[in-house]
Amino acid sequence: MESQEIGKHAALQKLRDWDNQAVAEVIEFRGETTVVVPPQHLVRVAEYLVSEPSLRFTFLSDLTTVDRFPMEPRFELNYHLLSIERGLRLRLRLRLPGAEPAVASVTGIWPTANWHERENFDLFGIRFQGHPDLRRILMPDEWEGHPLRKDYPVEGFR
Amino acid sequence: MTTKTTVIETAAGPAQPMVLNMGPQHPSTHGVLRVVLELDGEIVLTAKPDIGYLHTGIEKSCESKTYSQCITLTDRIDYLAPLSNNLGFCLAAEKLIGIEVPKRAQYIRVLLTELTRITSHLVWLGTHAIDLGAMTVFLYSFREREEIMKIYEYVSGQRMMTSYFRIGGLALEPPPDWLERVRRVIDALPGHIDEYETLLTQNRIWMARTKGVGNLSAEDAIALGVSGPLLRASGVAYDIRKAFPYSSYEDFDFNVQTQTAGDCYARYQVRVAEIRESIKIVRQAMDKITPEGPFRAEAPGIIPPSREEMKTSIEGLIYHFKIFTEGFAPPPGEVYQCIESPRGELGVFMASDGSAKPYRVKFRTPSFVNLQSLPKLCEGRLIADVVACIGTTDIVLGEVDR
Repeated sequence: MESQEIGKHAALQKLRDWDNQAVAEVIEFRGETTVVVPPQHLVRVAEYLVSEPSLRFTFLSDLTTVDRFPMEPRFELNYHLLSIERGLRLRLRLRLPGAEPAVASVTGIWPTANWHERENFDLFGIRFQGHPDLRRILMPDEWEGHPLRKDYPVEGFR
Repeated sequence: MTTKTTVIETAAGPAQPMVLNMGPQHPSTHGVLRVVLELDGEIVLTAKPDIGYLHTGIEKSCESKTYSQCITLTDRIDYLAPLSNNLGFCLAAEKLIGIEVPKRAQYIRVLLTELTRITSHLVWLGTHAIDLGAMTVFLYSFREREEIMKIYEYVSGQRMMTSYFRIGGLALEPPPDWLERVRRVIDALPGHIDEYETLLTQNRIWMARTKGVGNLSAEDAIALGVSGPLLRASGVAYDIRKAFPYSSYEDFDFNVQTQTAGDCYARYQVRVAEIRESIKIVRQAMDKITPEGPFRAEAPGIIPPSREEMKTSIEGLIYHFKIFTEGFAPPPGEVYQCIESPRGELGVFMASDGSAKPYRVKFRTPSFVNLQSLPKLCEGRLIADVVACIGTTDIVLGEVDR
């Protein structure tokens, strides 16, 4: 790991100055910065990162989950942000418990999150509170289980 | 199609909007896309895309395969640009492992992915034109595409599912005279593109069907996460090849093509201009690729040894055996690598737990995200424009559903 790079990201200093509570942990790996955010702060942090003139993370590239079963907290949500104006990328990470994982929706901030959140609901069973239309997107509506969870076998249940 | 609803007051109240089911078996949806349209006469009130018909669980399958085995799956995500997918996956794996690919292999990768961009745009041009009633362009563009497919076959042995890029470089050294073949195709291409342009650019029917249709503003495009030619046609000069260069794109001289109108015609202009830019890049790459040199990195235990080495040295034999039976284990961590695929931002998120199989692979596919803009493009417009809007978003359903 390139440990000498820690804390170099422009957004990190800004975030810390704004509210140190919002940054639970910082991970640097292969030149990429990950900021671990406590789930209750997600919407506030997102709003700040979008509106702060020197950052302007107006583009949500991707939203994806990693299932760390059987570890707790089980789910890691990764929000990949992009600032086209500033040429910056940043990853926000949330950690959610295995029992009834839920987090606030960011569709109000990035409308593109709509389908991303539906996909994560569909494949991992994460609930996004305040999502306008939280339905399955890839699997059939009557499907049981969430296929990308680690306790879901590759061949499916028999 | 009976689409005319009479707006009359009945005993049950005013007439209801008609619901029309378009797809999933419909030639203009470019695969198995289903769109549920709510219509008032011929005007689209709401359009709801319904996807998932081609979901094959590629991300789940990747978790039970070694890193190298996953490459064959990436071809099948976007079957019109398999080499772009190979590149995205390989770059992510290389970033995770931390190996550097030799310059020569990087340039060959650039050349082939730019050819992929050309073939992908040619398919788009032909099928989009056929959707809007211009049949001839399809026949021409597929003729040129075929010539490029022959190059893929010559280089990798496969026309479509090439799996030619491997972690650390290429699968095998290209045949000695391959650049000559590329040159022949590339020299003929600008003239052919002029042909398509004479058929379309000033064509009054084409302009009537595409100008002012499916408008998308720059703000909406960014909010909806739209990338690639759609975003650039809305006036945002964002191209990952320039913004976050990968595979030595910083060594190449090319322009990011933009338009400001944000309609179907602007997207047509951007894609045609991009074909011309890709030709420029291919020409530069041909000059940069040296006839001799390594085609993959040296990394014992990760990259297979040469055939010669495998047969003559004991280390080579052991490495060969171990790589093909066990694979290799990158350090634990997560990376996100994005490339500019013909359709936009193709991102590969890869999480390793230190074992020989990826713990999680996520493909952020441009088609999936761009398709989300479809309701924005066609709501309030005529049904016929829905066909133009689907065509112009240039989706590949294999990539939408994965």
